[in-house]
Amino acid sequence: MRKWLVFLPLFVFVVLAGVFFMQLGKDTQYMPSALINKPVPNVSLINLETNQIVNNDDLPKEPYLINFWGTWCPACSIEHDYLMDLSEQGVPIVGIDYKDETQAAIKWLEERGNPYSHVLLDELGNFGVDMGVTGAPETFVVSSAGDVVYRHQGVVDSAVWKTMQEYFK
Amino acid sequence: MRSVVLFFFIVLFSTNSFSEAEAILKFKSAVDETRYNALIAELRCPKCQNQNLADSNAGIAIDLRNQVYSMINQELSDKEIVDYMVARYGEFVLYKPANNAGTFLLWYGPLILLVIGLCAFILVIRSNRKSDRKGNE
Repeated sequence: MRKWLVFLPLFVFVVLAGVFFMQLGKDTQYMPSALINKPVPNVSLINLETNQIVNNDDLPKEPYLINFWGTWCPACSIEHDYLMDLSEQGVPIVGIDYKDETQAAIKWLEERGNPYSHVLLDELGNFGVDMGVTGAPETFVVSSAGDVVYRHQGVVDSAVWKTMQEYFK
Repeated sequence: MRSVVLFFFIVLFSTNSFSEAEAILKFKSAVDETRYNALIAELRCPKCQNQNLADSNAGIAIDLRNQVYSMINQELSDKEIVDYMVARYGEFVLYKPANNAGTFLLWYGPLILLVIGLCAFILVIRSNRKSDRKGNE
């Protein structure tokens, strides 16, 4: 009994060292979304192209992406080409023009193409707050049941899409 | 010397203008203002993660500060405001973590370790005394 106790500090040290070692190299900025497996919050946003109010019922019934972007966001222009590829593959993407100017957004989409099935305006960023967004670009995968199943902060590329595809099945 | 005095005044008045910029926010009562300052100090900025909402100048921190301000003026309770933030950004935004089963070790772990340490301390002292007595006999 006594001898065993002598090794207790070593044991605690090894366990702690193991736990800390596992955490090394992880993305310290990573923050899980609070919305995972919860329905998309209430949508009541104006569609850039039609000027009509879009509600949750108007969103795609199949799995789709919600992509927050803005013309002010440098990473969004890097991401744009890949989103165009995805939309050509038939992936429905709902674009949220986040805290942006409408005219600049229209020009952006004319020049670079429009990968979005809907472009919704969130000028004040209120919908962004409801989705727990911290900036742009941010992309969510929504299931056919209308639940948020995955969130990615930052640029979507082929590696990220591979992970997202798993949630599309 | 004169330039030092001038510099002193510049610094003095520049900080004054900062505090005035904050004072633009109008509250219904002094209590509300205190609540506002307490909440933005206790809520973590989800973007720049080592700052609270009060310190951060990230766009999202400004938005969330405004949200807290408008919710206080809508006479929502502190709990409702904190719940609103947690529903959107997770418990991650709480600098003061909730006290529940998941955070039990976080809150009481140090206390438990202290008790274990005290017990070990007492046991060792006792056994030392015993062996001392035996040595004296």
